[in-house]
Amino acid sequence: MSAFLTLLFRNRLAAMGAGVIAAILLLVLTTPFLPLHDPDVTATADRFMRPFAEGHPLGTDHLGRDLLSRLLHGTRLSLAVGVAAALIAAVIGSSIGMVAGYFGGRTDNVVMRGVDMLMAFPYILLALAIVAALGPGLMNALIAVAAVNVPFFARNIRGVTVGLAGREFIDAARLAGMGHARIILTELLPNVLPVIVIAMSTTVGWMILETAGLSFLGLGSQPPQADLGSMLGEARSAMISHPHTSVVPGLMIFLIVMSINLLGDGVRDALDPRLRSGALSRPRATTLVRRQGDIPPATDDLLAIQDLRTEFHIGKRNYRAVGGVSLAVRPGECLGIIGESGSGKSVTALSVMGLVASPPGVISGGAVRFLGEDLIGAPYETLRQKRGDRVAYVFQDPLSTLHPLYRVGRQLAETIRSHHVLSKAEARARAIQLLNDVRIPNAERRVDDYPHEMSGGMRQRVGIAMALANEPDVIIADEPTTALDVTVQAQILCLLDDLRRERGLAIIFITHDFGVVAQLCDRVAVMYAGGIVEEGPTQVVLDTPAHPYTKRLIACVPEPGGGRRELAAIPGLPPVLDDLPPGCAFAPRCYKAEESCRKGEVPLQGPALHAVRCLFPERAH
Amino acid sequence: MGSYILKRLVSAIPVLFGITVIVFLIMSLVPGDPATAILGSYATPENVEKLNRDLGLDKPMVQRYFIWLGNMLTGDFGRSFSLNRPVIDEVLERFNATMILAGTSFVLCSALGILAGVASAARQFGLADKAITFVVLIGISVPSFFLGMMMILLFAVNLRWLPVSGMYAIYGGGDLPDLIRHLIMPALALAAVATGVIARLSRSAMLEVLRQDYIRTARANGVEERRVIMGHALRVAMVSILPVLGIQAGFVVSGAVYIEIVFQWPGVGRMLVDAILTRDLLVVQGGVVFVAACYVLFNIAVDVAQCLLDPRIKT
Amino acid sequence: MPALKVEHLAKTFPLKRPLFGAAPPGARAVRPMSFQVEAGETLGVVGESGCGKSTLARMLVGLLEPTEGTIEIEGEALGSAGPAEFGKLIQYVFQDPQGSLNPRKTIRQVMEAPLRLLHGMAKPDRDRRIAEIFASVNLREEYLDRYPHEFSGGQAQRIAIARALAASPRIIVLDEPVSALDVSVQAQVLNLLADLKTRLGLTYLFITHDLAVVEAVSDRVVVLYFGAVVEIGRAERVFASPRHPYTSLLAKSAPVVGRSLAAPEQKGTELPDPLNPPPGCAFAGRCPRATDLCRAREPELKQMGEDQLAACHHPLEH
Repeated sequence: MSAFLTLLFRNRLAAMGAGVIAAILLLVLTTPFLPLHDPDVTATADRFMRPFAEGHPLGTDHLGRDLLSRLLHGTRLSLAVGVAAALIAAVIGSSIGMVAGYFGGRTDNVVMRGVDMLMAFPYILLALAIVAALGPGLMNALIAVAAVNVPFFARNIRGVTVGLAGREFIDAARLAGMGHARIILTELLPNVLPVIVIAMSTTVGWMILETAGLSFLGLGSQPPQADLGSMLGEARSAMISHPHTSVVPGLMIFLIVMSINLLGDGVRDALDPRLRSGALSRPRATTLVRRQGDIPPATDDLLAIQDLRTEFHIGKRNYRAVGGVSLAVRPGECLGIIGESGSGKSVTALSVMGLVASPPGVISGGAVRFLGEDLIGAPYETLRQKRGDRVAYVFQDPLSTLHPLYRVGRQLAETIRSHHVLSKAEARARAIQLLNDVRIPNAERRVDDYPHEMSGGMRQRVGIAMALANEPDVIIADEPTTALDVTVQAQILCLLDDLRRERGLAIIFITHDFGVVAQLCDRVAVMYAGGIVEEGPTQVVLDTPAHPYTKRLIACVPEPGGGRRELAAIPGLPPVLDDLPPGCAFAPRCYKAEESCRKGEVPLQGPALHAVRCLFPERAH
Repeated sequence: MGSYILKRLVSAIPVLFGITVIVFLIMSLVPGDPATAILGSYATPENVEKLNRDLGLDKPMVQRYFIWLGNMLTGDFGRSFSLNRPVIDEVLERFNATMILAGTSFVLCSALGILAGVASAARQFGLADKAITFVVLIGISVPSFFLGMMMILLFAVNLRWLPVSGMYAIYGGGDLPDLIRHLIMPALALAAVATGVIARLSRSAMLEVLRQDYIRTARANGVEERRVIMGHALRVAMVSILPVLGIQAGFVVSGAVYIEIVFQWPGVGRMLVDAILTRDLLVVQGGVVFVAACYVLFNIAVDVAQCLLDPRIKT
Repeated sequence: MPALKVEHLAKTFPLKRPLFGAAPPGARAVRPMSFQVEAGETLGVVGESGCGKSTLARMLVGLLEPTEGTIEIEGEALGSAGPAEFGKLIQYVFQDPQGSLNPRKTIRQVMEAPLRLLHGMAKPDRDRRIAEIFASVNLREEYLDRYPHEFSGGQAQRIAIARALAASPRIIVLDEPVSALDVSVQAQVLNLLADLKTRLGLTYLFITHDLAVVEAVSDRVVVLYFGAVVEIGRAERVFASPRHPYTSLLAKSAPVVGRSLAAPEQKGTELPDPLNPPPGCAFAGRCPRATDLCRAREPELKQMGEDQLAACHHPLEH
């Protein structure tokens, strides 16, 4: 709770809104005790007095009643009615929504049909119909406003509940012996509550506005009792001659609604965990670069990653995702990068073309050279021209990485036409040819498919075709087969291998699977906690791993054909990247770590072909 | 596509049916003798008896409903006692005026809202984003009826640029330029809130989409950033913006009630409020059913547009 | 007496009725299948996505009602008792450990629910039992007052296993329990599961897509394809000498250190359409040995060799 408040008030606008609304609340709560005129006593002699008149700080209205007193009493009434309407709507609507969403099926169908029918009305028609039937009056206006908002809550909460009801923890609760009522109250409600609060805080301002609106039309509070809306309504006829009688209540409504909206947005941001981590910020077209230190000199490799450092700045924390990685590929070579989740392998790959999402990503050091040209910090247009043309990517999950609303042919054509001047017909012909190249049957027909009409394997073939579209020199494949079934994976790996041999492509292949590396890659680099711990020819590294981490990780992977057995495990967990231990990152989990391992940085050393970052490397047998 | 439209039209029938049931049920909440309530202060014993006969109020409720429904289906919405003419004639005439106002506002708020939202998202945390966010916040917080009144004070009374109220000038008006001059202020005042809501939603929809993997793919393929934003991202964002446009259309029609009162615009909203105050309930009933039915048809059009936009929706 | 006996168990998901015309026959996620698991045994279930392995698991624990067939646990048939009755006999460990823990409940609240609701234990008994279980899964008791997001995947999966144990079940269904974990942590969890099994005399149904893992932990393995059992056999034999061509394809496709890359099938083949299943053997479209017989008649599961069964008209010989 206190964390929530800190978060809420860190948002300056929300704090401002909270301040204003608190002041107004204090004022209206003390109104009965303030030395004010009676709001309903008329004095026709004093009508239309201007503001700052003696005894009437805000002047008087058309019947000579004190505006300040009427304003405060009116605000009191408007706030009370608006908040009451919001509460009633939230309780009824959320209950309906939770029940419908949790039970699903027929219950859901019937309830939501009813809700849809209520939502088929422009809301005011429903409110007007209710007021027409019940007769004008503040209570009836309250009922009308609450009633038209019930469907809004019901639909909103149902959506959230449906998502939650399908989650595994609900299944787990059922297996733990919970009944429906208990699940709704103790499992669902705590998770739905923040959403209800958000929905309330973002609509209560609007409901105050609506009740004021009905009163403005003369359908809400009846004279002599006044809320803000009816004050404005009564003042309208004298608007041109005596504008102050309209401006005073109008500004008050505006002030209340605006500060509630500011506060509501603040509450939403503070309660919504996605916003909390800053995740809802838009990634820029290229990764932010704030390079410190020297820029390494050029080499004659095709693509060289030199002492690359990439960090994530989230709040006050600084996650060192990639901490000084150097790698290079030559034409026709396949380089594997292997590591567990969080080892920095994907971030390394994305840094090459500035595709790390930023914020929060920042490249803080090193260089990436394509044919000697440094790409880190290069102008956007330089990078764009290389992206997909000289260096292309294949990503992990082809369903989320292909555009869902464009036909695959169009996506292929666009990739080509972003770099080459080609007519639409030519680009289409080339797209069909590319689909043929990646062995998609019926390419002429499938070129007009949408991604969702294809199977996972076919989609990944499209992903590869897209990478090949401009005949690049380097393809960076980031776990391209992880989301696929083994039989499909085998097909895709073969395809990549053939393509590389036919076209002399360099491939950087990122994976967590030793089997895949062994079958596809010439060289392999093993990453742990943002750094390379070992690098060398695949066969050598797999047969005689020099780093204890590599050795133990290989031992962890069960091999088929071994039968039932105890599996090897590495004790402990990988370090958190915002709090890396000094010295070797693996030392806390290493069985042969000594004092010297925990002090000072361990260099990557050894023969040029097989380097290792360890003071006590394993010996070859 | 044709079959999809047909399917949607067929599925609208129960909704339309439901609308009439809801209105009928609400109207049956009228306390006391309905005929007296409908006729209100105009009631004489003969009138009450005649109305009871005409409306079949002596019959059971279900039967009464179907008589009412049957009459409406043949275009008979009853007769307004306060206006002394058939309700349907009055509604149609007023509906025309409301459509001019609400339609203009809807086009305005959709275009401005989406544009502002996209610009805001593309320049997140930039100056443009902050400025737009601030203006939008004011837009959704100010009551439209108050905004309308202030506009009249400023542009009509003080600056004398635009007419104070009405749809046409009383003398020598009646042509299109005259209509447009009368339309500017109410249309803008009406569009303010919806523009704000649409802009906020478009902004967050765009931000959500820009984080998706396929945007990274487009960038990785070297697609120009302009195309990434205005093509790839906006197209997907539209999938979530379109339904909100449908909802906002309902809000625009709703807001029109206030604006019509403030600007003396001869539309359905003003007719309804006048009818409630004179207790001319047949006009309320007829007006509500007619406008709600039109809104249902409008939402079908939105669904069809949605289906054209998103091939994943099964036709 | 087998710990778990399944007969003709099947699940068909009804499809939405179209506006005009009769309701379609429905998607058959699990076609009638029978097998049994002996007490103390680990039965592995392997298959690719869409083969029906998760549907099968959810039916076994009572989260889904079977369309037909029966489930017997230790000789007693379970009717449509609902998950609460099932819960005392059979428990479930989910693939995503974080997703299976309510983000707004402490670990203690999570652990208490089955003890209180399934076994009606009083507070002091519950505390003792929780301490006991936590010790057996190597978790510290101080974790009890924390929330799920504070744990890593491996720890969360231990907590999920602890919750399953709290119900004192006879059988645990493990649905891809290590797929979401890194290899170095995966082995920790697998070894813990093996240890618990021997100590508590549990019976496991281990569902996974990873051949190497299933072989390392199971006594026998069931291979599923398109909602049906295609082969059952001893874990060490079934991939080494498969009788069904699909099992063979699976075994050859798994990338293995020391085996050169060769795609066992070149065609861009896909699973058959569940809404429109082929008449004969579901695998015939991808099978190099398929004949007209395969495309016409569905093969039945037949004894092949000592303790291996396969559903194939033209099984592989070894």
